[in-house]
Amino acid sequence: MEITVRSLLTLVHGMGFGALYLLACSGAIVELYRRYSPGSLRPIEVEDERFLGRYLIVMAVLAWLAVLTGAYFIYPWYRAVPPPGTHDLSGFPQRLLMASPSTIEWHSIGMEWKEHVAWLAPISITMAAAVFIRHGRNLTRHPQLRNAVLCFVFVSFAAAGIAGFFGAMLDKYAPVQGGQNIQLLHGEKP
Amino acid sequence: MSARDFPNGGGAAALLAAGIGSLMVALFAIAADKSAAFKSMMIFYKPTGPLSGVTTCAILVWLALWAILDRRWRSRMVSLGPVSTAALILLGLSLLLTFPPIVDLF
Repeated sequence: MEITVRSLLTLVHGMGFGALYLLACSGAIVELYRRYSPGSLRPIEVEDERFLGRYLIVMAVLAWLAVLTGAYFIYPWYRAVPPPGTHDLSGFPQRLLMASPSTIEWHSIGMEWKEHVAWLAPISITMAAAVFIRHGRNLTRHPQLRNAVLCFVFVSFAAAGIAGFFGAMLDKYAPVQGGQNIQLLHGEKP
Repeated sequence: MSARDFPNGGGAAALLAAGIGSLMVALFAIAADKSAAFKSMMIFYKPTGPLSGVTTCAILVWLALWAILDRRWRSRMVSLGPVSTAALILLGLSLLLTFPPIVDLF
């Protein structure tokens, strides 16, 4: 069982940072919606407030790691230009997708949207974390601010979802491969 | 205690800056898509291409604006209705303006 360095980093980017961020979004949305609504009857404990603050910071770190690894590690491998006369495009995902009318839109819509929309996630969640750290339980006294923060978290979830969906589909049709092989397990002879 | 005891200016500043920062991602991307000169100006890191400049510039605008608004608003009560509406409209626009078929209309 082997995996290439590029495949491993793509996994860390998508399944590690990206998928974990998507999972974390649901927790943040539920907590902000349920506990910080203006009519919330249960008092918010200091420990609960501190927990959500840390949770949002971790989400912001995950979102930044996802976009930065995507833009500065995976994307350069994706958009690599093959030398003239190259017939095997398997090491050049963008060119491989663009070479066929049945796959070109995965690049021209999928990647073109993903590479930009993904950045809305870290911007939105960093803002949400900063607002929460500053206002904490007082968000219940500013329902408009809390509702707007909640909308931004929703949009960051949507943006990360769009990026994640297209990332998965792009990797299905034109996987980022190459680099050194890492042997995970030695197989037995059949 | 009423809402007036807790100035909301800092939160409003963060909200509006995030809306504008998000829109900047879309606007810089559109500009790089439509102008070859701007596109080459946006190549800060060659392997990543213009995406490196587009996102770096948008982030710098966002952070600078956030710092300026925060300094002005942090100890004030700001009318949140117009600020949050504007921020959400900008965020919605940025979501739409990053969608390639819409970018192609320009």
